[in-house]
Amino acid sequence: MENTETQIRADSSAEPMAKRRGKRIGIADVIIHSILMLMTLFMIFPFYNVVLMSFSNTVAISKQAVYLIPTVLDLSAYDYIFHDSRFWNAFYVTLFVTSVGTLVNMFATVTGAYVLSKKGYPGRNIIMSGILFTIFFSGGLIPLYLAMKDIHLINKLLVMVLPVAINTFYLIICIAFFRTLPAALEESAKIDGANDIQILYKVILPIAKPMVATIALFYAVDRWNEWWYGVLFMTDTKFLPLQALLREILTNFSMLQTNINASAVLTKGMHPEMLKMAILVVSTLPIACLYPFLQKYFTKGVMIGSIKG
Amino acid sequence: MNKIANRQLAKEILKNRYLYILLLPTVLYYVMFHYYPMYGVLLAFKEYHIRDGILGSPWTGLSNFEQVVHQPDFWRAFYNTLIISVGRIVFEFPAAIIVALLINEVAKAKLKRFYQTVYTFPHFISWVIISGIMLNFLGESGVLNQIIAAMGFDKVTFLTDPSLFRPIVFLSNMWKEVGWSAIIYLAAIASINPELYEAAYVDGANRYQQMRAITWPSIRGTAAILLILAVGNTMSVGFEQIYNLYNAGVYETGDILDTYIYRTGFTDGASFGVTTAVGLFKAVINCTLLFTANYTVKKLGGEGLV
Repeated sequence: MENTETQIRADSSAEPMAKRRGKRIGIADVIIHSILMLMTLFMIFPFYNVVLMSFSNTVAISKQAVYLIPTVLDLSAYDYIFHDSRFWNAFYVTLFVTSVGTLVNMFATVTGAYVLSKKGYPGRNIIMSGILFTIFFSGGLIPLYLAMKDIHLINKLLVMVLPVAINTFYLIICIAFFRTLPAALEESAKIDGANDIQILYKVILPIAKPMVATIALFYAVDRWNEWWYGVLFMTDTKFLPLQALLREILTNFSMLQTNINASAVLTKGMHPEMLKMAILVVSTLPIACLYPFLQKYFTKGVMIGSIKG
Repeated sequence: MNKIANRQLAKEILKNRYLYILLLPTVLYYVMFHYYPMYGVLLAFKEYHIRDGILGSPWTGLSNFEQVVHQPDFWRAFYNTLIISVGRIVFEFPAAIIVALLINEVAKAKLKRFYQTVYTFPHFISWVIISGIMLNFLGESGVLNQIIAAMGFDKVTFLTDPSLFRPIVFLSNMWKEVGWSAIIYLAAIASINPELYEAAYVDGANRYQQMRAITWPSIRGTAAILLILAVGNTMSVGFEQIYNLYNAGVYETGDILDTYIYRTGFTDGASFGVTTAVGLFKAVINCTLLFTANYTVKKLGGEGLV
């Protein structure tokens, strides 16, 4: 209940604020806006520069004239990437992890949260404490690695899906949300003879759509950003997700050059920086596209209010 | 008596059988991927032999821990972890509060949303991408160095200078997370009754006084909870960030326990027993600190976490 209340107030709070201070613009406003605008510049500029570099060419870069105003529009870096088999391979790995991963995430999180949002059946509290305990304590890196080895997940794409099937914080947010739904809905469905599984899919999920969409978006971003379990669990480079490949290229450009003749790259007029920046742009773009939808929900406070568990 | 209780329990379980079916994937997940790996912690007291597995490997008592405390690199990582942790609480923690208070002072709702939109975006970008952006920005031929050179100064090796590493860690994390962290405070501020401000305004309170007397008390509780969580994470200071930013040149100031564990365990081939011991050491300190911080906040009259 607290959540929805916060949302409503968040939307309406801005106007009274103006009222209490009148229309005068004081010196304080000037200082505040200067700081905030400066920060805005500082946030946007690095992205702007990366995009700029990715659309430039070696001549422009070596003249070092790229950093503020675009002088050329050269798509050769993108052309190169989109003809590179390693890029496509990593892209498909990430596509798999993002699509299958998010589905698994939603299935496990929604079913679990629905059941845990209810009380008064045997074992509920023990299971909940068991889940909360994992926030505070974990076996650590080596035990996790050995466990994944034990269950034969090394070099399997599912190692980037199953071990992260539930994010405990998202689970808690879901539980808090399900608690805000009116109990009467379920009771009437129960009287009609529906069981808990039917209630979840036919009664609860339809009214929980905005919530489900938000959590799905957050999961999708997490899965898209996967690199660490790729680095940790994949010894075979053909299973590396996009961001792990990006990491390899950033830390060690020769990784890319072993694939395609280094001199060929240079004769094509390709500056390594351009390629790096182009891959950066390609890996950021999907998130930038999803961002307006993400933002619509989190500014309204859907994701907040449950940090207390 | 016992029989009746058992029958009662069986009846309850049968009645709720569909709930248990729905809960099965969740329980399986936590058992398989959180509790099953936990037994590997035993390795901290064993010498790991691949052929014998974790259970079959011989016990060695505390000798792994003895080996750990005799490694200078371990102490360096421990010290760096502590310093970076304290730095995060001193520099990054208040930054989010300040940004939230500043955004809150913006009167126009649209402008407010614009600032929030811009500041929050980097939260959704991975550290791999951000390290790439930073390389482009702070690298030797990066934008900042071009500007520095154009102004006639010497270029700065931002990313390989050990004395600059920690400030860069703090600043880049602020850049990425400050907007996201501020949201939590802004939500708390949004739930303040606007009449309070109007009353204060009528009473002649200026904006600073209004902030001190109305806004700050409303976010104090949130700040306390976040502080508990931060203290409880003292030994985990952001593996993803450090791992993507550091290099051999800055181990001296930048190597933390998590990167130390990964590097020694997976690339330097240290024994899994010893690295597990470091991991356990870390987890125990974190757990202890969390409960101490929670207890202290409660003692001071605040609302605790658990």
